[in-house]
Amino acid sequence: MFLAEHYPVLVIVISLLSAFTILIAGWVNKKACLPISLATISVQLLLAFFILHQVITSGTIHYWLGGWAPPWGIEYVMDAFNAYVLVIVLFICLLAAIYSKRSIEKEQPGKIVPFYVVFQLLITGLCGITVTGDIFNLYVFLEIASLAAYALIAVAGGRALKASYNYVIMGSIGACFYLLGVGFLYAVTGSLNMHDLSLLLPPLYGNKVVQAAFVFFVVGMSIKMALFPLHIWQPDAYTYAPSAVSVIIAAAMSKVSIYAFIRVFFSVFTTDFIEIYVPIAATLSWIAAIAIIVGSLIAIMQTNLKRMLAYSSVSQVGYIVLGVGLYSTQWGLYGALMHILNHAITKGCLFLVAGAIIYRSGLWHIRDFEGLGKKMPYTSAAFTIAALSMIGVPPTVGFMTKLCLVLASLEAVEYVFVAVILFSTLLNLVYFWRVIDRMYFVRKEGEEESEHEIKKEEAPLSMVFPALILGSLCVIVGILWLPGSVTPLQPIVNQAVKALLGMGVVVP
Amino acid sequence: MTEGLIVSISSYIPLFAILCPATASVLILLSSKRPNIRESWTIIAGILQFSLIASMIPTILNEEVIECTFFQTMFEGIAFGFKVDAFGLIFALTASFLWILVSFYSIGYMRSLREHAQTRYYFCFAIAIFGAIGVALSANLLTMYVFFEILTVSTYPLVIHEQSKEAISAGHKYFAYLLTAGVFLLFAIMMTYYLTGTTDFTGGGIKALAELGPAYKLTLVILFFCFLLGFMKAAWMPFHSWLPTAMIAPTPVSALLHAVAVVKAGVFGIVRIVCYIYGVDLMGTLGLGLALACIASFTMIVANFFAIAQDNLKRRLAYSTINQLSYIILGAALLTSEGIRGAMIHIPFHGFMKITLFLCAGAIMVVTGKKNISEMAGVGKTMPVTMLAFTITAFGMCGIPPACGFISKWFLCWGTLQAGEIIFLFVLLTASLLDVVYFFPIIHIAFFKRPESGVEEVEVKEAPLFMLIPLSLTAIFSVLFFLDFILRLNIISMYFYRIVEVAVGNVIPIP
Repeated sequence: MFLAEHYPVLVIVISLLSAFTILIAGWVNKKACLPISLATISVQLLLAFFILHQVITSGTIHYWLGGWAPPWGIEYVMDAFNAYVLVIVLFICLLAAIYSKRSIEKEQPGKIVPFYVVFQLLITGLCGITVTGDIFNLYVFLEIASLAAYALIAVAGGRALKASYNYVIMGSIGACFYLLGVGFLYAVTGSLNMHDLSLLLPPLYGNKVVQAAFVFFVVGMSIKMALFPLHIWQPDAYTYAPSAVSVIIAAAMSKVSIYAFIRVFFSVFTTDFIEIYVPIAATLSWIAAIAIIVGSLIAIMQTNLKRMLAYSSVSQVGYIVLGVGLYSTQWGLYGALMHILNHAITKGCLFLVAGAIIYRSGLWHIRDFEGLGKKMPYTSAAFTIAALSMIGVPPTVGFMTKLCLVLASLEAVEYVFVAVILFSTLLNLVYFWRVIDRMYFVRKEGEEESEHEIKKEEAPLSMVFPALILGSLCVIVGILWLPGSVTPLQPIVNQAVKALLGMGVVVP
Repeated sequence: MTEGLIVSISSYIPLFAILCPATASVLILLSSKRPNIRESWTIIAGILQFSLIASMIPTILNEEVIECTFFQTMFEGIAFGFKVDAFGLIFALTASFLWILVSFYSIGYMRSLREHAQTRYYFCFAIAIFGAIGVALSANLLTMYVFFEILTVSTYPLVIHEQSKEAISAGHKYFAYLLTAGVFLLFAIMMTYYLTGTTDFTGGGIKALAELGPAYKLTLVILFFCFLLGFMKAAWMPFHSWLPTAMIAPTPVSALLHAVAVVKAGVFGIVRIVCYIYGVDLMGTLGLGLALACIASFTMIVANFFAIAQDNLKRRLAYSTINQLSYIILGAALLTSEGIRGAMIHIPFHGFMKITLFLCAGAIMVVTGKKNISEMAGVGKTMPVTMLAFTITAFGMCGIPPACGFISKWFLCWGTLQAGEIIFLFVLLTASLLDVVYFFPIIHIAFFKRPESGVEEVEVKEAPLFMLIPLSLTAIFSVLFFLDFILRLNIISMYFYRIVEVAVGNVIPIP
């Protein structure tokens, strides 16, 4: 198994090379772009599964780039947490790629080649962030992914240009903050390797530079993952981006930013630091709680489906951060990591559906959705399941997150958070049920009892299929979480949580 | 407590029973184009489910419980699964038996009125029964919550079946109440788990909860009220107004779901909390029994006054349901063996009687198109069988023989005396008297008032047989239950009494 050692780097290399291959192949034949991209992502996903399997069975993988030993060379480290995130991200990317075929043909017929090139670069960036064990390397990939995302959003033209510009400004500020943090740490320790840093830092925890670096990290990543109140770039970007891109940035890219946040939070710095030197957990939880409520409240006011989903994401990021803030409880971090998967599935499904509706009927205003349940039965069914999951109706994934976070809040004796989580359930109900009502039950003005047949106008298979997969996963994964150790999901998250809280990125 | 003596048997029968409506719901969707096949799935599933549930009777009467655990959840101490005990079986038997009858009735009703979206109707109905039976058979609170929410969500499309603006806003009200309740329930369940590390239903209450000590007294009281809010499905006042609003649904829905499945799931939950989570002793120590009894008494009296003011027959029946549900709550709140016996036996009895009343209301609506009581002059002559069934069960509601309402009220009265709370005896009797006040005018108008048109000769015109037979059957059963008890006939219905006997034995410590 010579090749097996190289899987972590192969995930990146294949993707990067494929981006250029697509460019060249696209010159010859536009139709070659998608198959190459699909094949690449499939191989990457397969590699990710192998890595995950290996991590679970035989522990953390360390890969030294070019054979250079860690503190000097770049090291790729795969433990349960990033293998888990990698699989999620690539799975969403695969579905988005399948989905993009028809949606890009319709939305941007002239830009197919550049679209897929940048798309593949985005995936490279996302994977890079996930696999690396070096904070500067992480910054590099962060920029690759962000630049690709700015470009992909701008592809749509019109208002998307402004959205993308906003994102460029905010995203760059976030990246700069992150870079400043890296610089500070490097100035103090002279190291960029995460594991090395976690060993070097403890004696320096009292140092103001280290503390400032930590704050820079937190603020920088909060912008990237659109944590309230630093989310202002996000609704426009999600709303005006091409449908397939909305799916990726909402479901995959936000998760990767959250991954980076959690990684720096627990693996570079440690729980000791957070508890004693910069007691940020309580503040973070409160911010998250406000995010949950405010995000939902603004979502209720929206009339554009994609925009509503964007604000719902603001509130969902709050769930994850709340879990992180409650890391000292048994279920806090566990719930956060669970919700990374849960939210990726659910929000991915919802954005896929929103895109499919726009593709088929050009509708984006919730008011106009009457009769959609009959017109596009499968799309609407997927939406309904995902919406129920957002609300947290058992046995969907949303319910499981809710259980964990409620338990964590009870354990932390923070009844306010319990109330926030449960109240947000009702708020989610308000804005999602409005859509379901329109789709299935509300009749158009003037339309009477007489049931005139509405023609089925389902979106193309390549768009419905991914939505249905994610829709059914909402229930299946929800049921898989529940039994605990019998299914493969729980041990992964368990191992990840232990690694994060225990000893950073080292062998368990 | 008797807990240690109970033998548990593991079996997959509960799983199969609950799979019946689930499978039927899928088959219904698949055969949406062929109405006859679609409806036969419902009937087949109903009969199969009832026989499976009935097959568990002998085991239960043997004072054993049937367990069916699927898996340990990620939360230590909570297993996901079913445990059929005597009390759960009562509810399951009632709901599954009445589902068969209502399915026949639905066929007649929906086809006579040429209702739209019938596939959706039967689909949601099957899912709702799936939820209700799940609630009945659940082994612990978490499992119960899962089915509870399924029940809530699946009944929404049934409530707004008409799809008019009014119906949809009724649906919103329905959701606003019941899902808010769900939130309280979830909190209460998680809190229970946090305090005790378990959520299993235990005869006589969870020990760990009783052993928490006086420092937790306030917590336990608050927790109890969270549970109570969580069971808003029981329509106790002042959180009742979703129920009359939901009467906009088609009549079979009002009959089975809003007289039996949904609301009974609510009172079922309350009894579970009183007897199987808190336990009678702890309830007494905390003074919660008295508080609950006061809420129930308030509801019984006030709901009846509301009922008197209604002219729409279904709405009047809805308020009567609110009143009768509180009989059950009161019975449990008395914390005595006879009170609990009365409460438990009132679940099936009220189910049979109230469903008859609703089915009659639906039949009248289909045949004459009349919804209001004031228009019903002469209906007794046009529809003699329907009105006879109505009259008998209305008597039962008031606690007058020959319907079974008399028996449950007898036990309840006995329970109040056992508890030494004479005041609740007065409440019971007053409420029964008020029942008479609003049921007798209906009977009077239907039989003795001349229609305004003044036509002397009235043709007998009954509802289609699909509707007439189910409503006659439920009425006959209501009478049978009574005769069975009084004359000791020892026929089928005797099982109910014996199961209740076992259930009461599980709950109340034998001195």
